[in-house]
Amino acid sequence: MSRPGKNVHIKRADHGQPDPGLINDLLQKSAGIRGSLIPLLQGTQEIYGYLPSNVISVISDRTGYSVSTIYGVASFYSQFRFHPVGKYMVRVCHGTACHVQNANAIEQALQGELKIDDGCTTDDNLFTLETVACLGCCSLAPVMMIGEKTYGNLTPEAAVKVIRSIRRMEGGTV
Amino acid sequence: MTPVKLILGMGSCGLAAGASGIWTKLNILKQSGTIDCEISSTGCIGMCYMEPLLEVLDERGSVIYGRVDEQRLNEIIESHILKGEILKDYVVKSGFMPAAEDSFFSSQKRIVLRNCGLIDPENIDEYITRGGYEALMHIAREKVLPDQIIDEIIASGMRGRGGGGFPSGMKWRITRDSDSPVKYLVCNADEGDPGAFMDRSIIESDPHSVIEGMIIAAYAIGAHIGVIYCRAEYPLAVKRLKGAIDQARERGFLGSNIAGISDFCFSLEVKEGAGAFVCGEETALIASVEGRRGMPRRKPPFPSESGLWGGPTSINNVETFTNVPWIILNGSGAFSSIGTAGSKGTKVFALTGKIRRGGLAEVPMGITINEIINGPGGGIKDGHKFKAVQLGGPSGGCLPASLGDVPIDYESLKSTGAIMGSGGMVVMDETTCMVDVARFFLDFTCHESCGKCTFCRLGTKRMLEILERICEGKGNDGDIELLEDLAHEIISSSLCGLGQTAPNPVLTTIRYFRNEYESHIKEKHCLTGVCTRLLKYSILPDKCTGCTICARECPVSAISGEKKKTHVIDQNLCTKCGACFNKCPFKAIDRR
Repeated sequence: MSRPGKNVHIKRADHGQPDPGLINDLLQKSAGIRGSLIPLLQGTQEIYGYLPSNVISVISDRTGYSVSTIYGVASFYSQFRFHPVGKYMVRVCHGTACHVQNANAIEQALQGELKIDDGCTTDDNLFTLETVACLGCCSLAPVMMIGEKTYGNLTPEAAVKVIRSIRRMEGGTV
Repeated sequence: MTPVKLILGMGSCGLAAGASGIWTKLNILKQSGTIDCEISSTGCIGMCYMEPLLEVLDERGSVIYGRVDEQRLNEIIESHILKGEILKDYVVKSGFMPAAEDSFFSSQKRIVLRNCGLIDPENIDEYITRGGYEALMHIAREKVLPDQIIDEIIASGMRGRGGGGFPSGMKWRITRDSDSPVKYLVCNADEGDPGAFMDRSIIESDPHSVIEGMIIAAYAIGAHIGVIYCRAEYPLAVKRLKGAIDQARERGFLGSNIAGISDFCFSLEVKEGAGAFVCGEETALIASVEGRRGMPRRKPPFPSESGLWGGPTSINNVETFTNVPWIILNGSGAFSSIGTAGSKGTKVFALTGKIRRGGLAEVPMGITINEIINGPGGGIKDGHKFKAVQLGGPSGGCLPASLGDVPIDYESLKSTGAIMGSGGMVVMDETTCMVDVARFFLDFTCHESCGKCTFCRLGTKRMLEILERICEGKGNDGDIELLEDLAHEIISSSLCGLGQTAPNPVLTTIRYFRNEYESHIKEKHCLTGVCTRLLKYSILPDKCTGCTICARECPVSAISGEKKKTHVIDQNLCTKCGACFNKCPFKAIDRR
């Protein structure tokens, strides 16, 4: 489970590049274990919020997987990202149950409020908006998840309200 | 009448409905001394529509309150907990008196969900108290041989609950019969079907039942290594599984000489998926566990012969494993006495969509779609009419209300064009557009196609484009036939289940709702108004006051008119955004 952006702000070493040293423990733990590439990438993303290219190079050096193999695997799975994300990951469910209960309206309201498209991050790096296939809370459709918190039985107005309350909490203007 | 215990439902749906706030409140009240009893949490009892659920246990027995928000909690504390007076209006289920939602349980037969919502999933002792690990101990005590276990499972007639419906015992037999010294057991918890959440709920509410089923299966097939492949989108399920595995290891149910059976070692680990629907397919799942791109390969060899790391691997679904301890304890006869000739036992369905009581219901195989929808499901929401039900997710089909009497079994469903699938049941009413639903599923499968087979990769894309065109009012004569053509090509030219079943939602909606396709294509009209591009907005002259609000709101300046005179919409410019409709204070905009 990715917890995007949790620590993004402290991860800058020189020249604005993330410090690859943070994954040393992970690399040691997975050394010599078969099939550990995906857990390794998941751990990496948990630390940085995404997969920074210089860290992928380090993983390649240390594990022996070629950079292209790593990108091949990472780009196959929708969980992995190659760009930093906002502090709050807003995931709007577009599962069947949510779809028939008008998840599109929720999505549009959020896009309007955040002024970004699907997959983008707000200028203040606070929110990243992402649509997902199904969060498995179908009986509470339509649903969205912000960080690890799930919000059910949404209306477009309620979704916008949640965003605004987070903004207020973060000290921004609404 | 002091309560002895308060139990709060803390599954994903409970949490999403606000259970964590109630949990905090309960703990504060306990610390302050306002309430003086044990507080505990449980998983999902299936009544997701009533979450958060709070169970109060006192000498009389159990009372479950539904939709407990902070205000209701205060009332419950004031009345029931402090004075012993039950608040009948909020009671949804009770152990000793009739309650409002009793009919939710009346047609259910709970084998898989036997402990869900009744035990604390993070406490192994509660599982053991309810007969947990007894099946494993029985095997150890009575020295039941692996072959006898497999025979028992075969005799029970249980078929895989993940969708395919292959007899589970046969799978085990093939793996057992292999000469290879290293065998693997995999639990497929990559529940990717949108609209299905039974596996998540089972794991969150009763993780030990899955683990016990796996231990028994491992003993039967001779596997020493087990993997549970769980969706990463289910963080709570992953956490509970890992916790339960640790507890089972501490008690000697995992590790070596399990339950005192000499030479029986079995270790279990959780692998988190990384978000790829296709990984629900066995060979793709194996590739993913091995750390590769999750692409399916050709079968044979089947995983039962050559799977994970080349070793024989038995892959079963969460629900399948959960049935295993019950079958061992109650006998194959008890299991096969439930259900129909070809489909034995029960099936858990996730009821969602336009249904009054959305949640999880476990029913005997063979009951009809209508019986589920009107029984546990409580009928259609908001007084609407039952139009269709989508079974089996993106691999399944949409069945019309007229087929409501079709019994739920593998064969009957297959003959309708749908499939049992994992048990997702999305109910639709007359406000749902079936062409839009087909487009939705194609969008999903097109996105999730791994890209290996050309027909799946490109064919689904072409089908999606046609459906999008139809929904936008640009459909042509012959589009339906073209869709059918493409569908059959994709089915016959795809390697795995994803491609072979991807066209099902389109084929079934064409088969049962052809008129909707035709009205989209020929009349450029969507009967339900869901396809917004097909709507026509116009201004009703008798209601328009000429206030000019609509003209100012229109983002494309399609509305014109003088102040205090009737305005008009230029249909050539209108983008059907609906801004005028939403803003007009006089309801003078007509939409049809």
